[in-house]
Amino acid sequence: MNNEGMTGGEALVRCLENQGIEYVFGLSGGAALPMFDALVDSKIKLILVRHEQGAAHMADGMARVTGKPSVVIVTSGPGAMNTITGILTAHMDSVPMVVLTGQTISSMLGKDAFQEADVFGTTMPVVKHSYLVKNTNEIPRMVREAFHISATGRPGPVLIDIPKDFSSGPFTGDLFPEMDLPGYKPDASDPDEDALTQIAAALSQSERPVILAGHGALIANAQDALLALAEKLQAPVTTTLLGKGAFPENHPLSLGMLGMHGTAYANKAMVNCDLVMSIGSRYDDRIIGKAPEFCKKAVRIHVDIDSAEFGRMIACHHYCHGDARVVIEHLLPLVGKLPTDPWLAQINDFKRKYPLGYKKRGGLKMQQILDSLDRLTESRAIITTDVGQHQMWAAQFCKTIEPHTWLSSGGAGTMGYGFPAAIGAAFARPDKQVWAVVGDGGFQMTMAELATAAINKLPVKVLILNNRYLGMVRQWQTLFYDDRKSGVDLEGNPDFARLAECYEGVKGFTLKRAADIDKVLQKAIDYNDGPCVVEAIVEKQDNVFPMIPAGAALEDMLIDEPKSTTKLEKPTGST
Amino acid sequence: MNTHVLQSNEAVVAQEKDKMMSEERTHTLSVYVANRPGVLARISQVFSRRGFNIDSLVVSPTIDGRYSRMTIAAKGSYDGLEQIILQLGKLIDVIHCIDHANDVSVIRELALVKIRVEAEARGEAFQICEHFGAKTVDLTDHSMIIMVTGHSDKVDACIDMLRKFELVEMVRTGKVVMARGEEIT
Repeated sequence: MNNEGMTGGEALVRCLENQGIEYVFGLSGGAALPMFDALVDSKIKLILVRHEQGAAHMADGMARVTGKPSVVIVTSGPGAMNTITGILTAHMDSVPMVVLTGQTISSMLGKDAFQEADVFGTTMPVVKHSYLVKNTNEIPRMVREAFHISATGRPGPVLIDIPKDFSSGPFTGDLFPEMDLPGYKPDASDPDEDALTQIAAALSQSERPVILAGHGALIANAQDALLALAEKLQAPVTTTLLGKGAFPENHPLSLGMLGMHGTAYANKAMVNCDLVMSIGSRYDDRIIGKAPEFCKKAVRIHVDIDSAEFGRMIACHHYCHGDARVVIEHLLPLVGKLPTDPWLAQINDFKRKYPLGYKKRGGLKMQQILDSLDRLTESRAIITTDVGQHQMWAAQFCKTIEPHTWLSSGGAGTMGYGFPAAIGAAFARPDKQVWAVVGDGGFQMTMAELATAAINKLPVKVLILNNRYLGMVRQWQTLFYDDRKSGVDLEGNPDFARLAECYEGVKGFTLKRAADIDKVLQKAIDYNDGPCVVEAIVEKQDNVFPMIPAGAALEDMLIDEPKSTTKLEKPTGST
Repeated sequence: MNTHVLQSNEAVVAQEKDKMMSEERTHTLSVYVANRPGVLARISQVFSRRGFNIDSLVVSPTIDGRYSRMTIAAKGSYDGLEQIILQLGKLIDVIHCIDHANDVSVIRELALVKIRVEAEARGEAFQICEHFGAKTVDLTDHSMIIMVTGHSDKVDACIDMLRKFELVEMVRTGKVVMARGEEIT
């Protein structure tokens, strides 16, 4: 192998090629010059973004769709700092990502050099691991370890901060070094047999079980095993927001999403079940409500790849450490059909009594648009979202029936995630229709990436559900703060359709009347020469229900809008 | 199995456990880490993020130069500390992390105490030193430095006795801990 005359940056790019990387997302800058220079001669395609946060979300979107780490390359100081929201988003949702940041030359470190920031220190709480390069020759080992750490166990972002003198310096080392990670043991070997036996025994006693599937089930590609398990047990399955796609939502055993804005029947099932088995979810505060009340009479089971999650939010009776798919496959031979017929009948009652719905009178309803989008795409499109009302309604009305087709910022709740994530997804899956469902607030945070989508002629379809409000916050102010609106009115919004058309090759559509929904969405579906933006001017004051106020028990779910005379207590839970 | 009995028993056990778990006490953690830049910052972040105060922290080399030992004393509830141990264990550079209970481990620390003492009162100071097996390591006309070693409780007791003099300065190493017998630290 000829390493002769190679720089650190060239070695780095060679390592990325060896990892099978096709795309990197980034924005250049002084301290990153040697890395970007090395990309010129590489078959890796550089996707130049307009803001580094966009690069991180694009890599995130690509990684969620492919399950493999994606790469971000940015410069030092502000370039690196701009990625932090994206790194946090990936960290909270366990998304594999490798972030390469330029850094000032090593002799200037700590001297407040131009565009210097302590990126290694600043990002520490939001990465799975990080490196500060101190020698050109260690770059390949760090890259190899970064990819390994990022993708194995519970995935997450890994950052490598590379001073410019090392990315430009001569490389004389080995491009395929051994990893040196004595403290990292990510692979749960076969799941503990005792735990499996106990879980199987607990299941065999259950008449009203619920399986709760989280993002971990998708990361483990456990969808087939999960389907087999649910059908064998005849147990209903609910998913978290990020678990959407782990179980087909058009299946009779599907309860849809549970939690704060989950379906009433999923939450009713949680309240009435005698056993709950979480597979790859962390029982987070959006789904359990008031922790001591959550399924308190049920047998609680927790299956997770990250044993540090056991007992963190709620205490369970049985824990099983392992990869979701492997655990389910080991569990399958130990279980049989449960006597759940009365339970499934009760759940069907819940479904009949508390269906997802919306009133069609009044202004254009987000729900109706999303319902139509789901129908027109036959639930097969990749849907990405921002955060807020549109996200919850999309989760409710856009059924996810294939794994890795629902991309949403769950843990971090990052506005501005949806559109760049859709770009990343579109690069990864050119065979798929990709819709970014966003609000007018979130879209304006990362809409500069319209240029990125346009120059790459990506047929990403952006659906802006514009109520000229930060709608979810407005909803809380209406319900819990006597409708005293503060900092939620987005006056000054542009005409998004016209704005979109300022970019060459981008098409803009406006949707104002319910009667036009299908026509306009179909036009967007049929436009594939580049990105398009559908701006829907929707009802301003609509609220998302069902709703469990933060910190309240699942029993206390508001299934529909409370009477205007009802005074609601301010929620006690986190946000 | 009678599930009803099981649940009521469970409730009692759970109550007792809750009480034990939420009681504050001092824990001594021994963290065996890869000797890499940033590892101390990562570890201290796990504590600070949860609002835990570290009482003492000792970082020292081990027999194998690739690794370091951190001995960390912190006060807190058992369940809070348990979370911290789990989160420490997740750090890539942490090889292992063990909470050492007093009874199965040797805990020692060293303190240097400078007191202001004139010639006529020196006798009493020497008496206190002798009782605790402490040594005087510096002596002037008006001051002395006393070095006391042992279990932290003993060091505390010695310092308390010395408070009858004017304490000028004090430096403590913080606890170091080693598991007894065949156990690893």
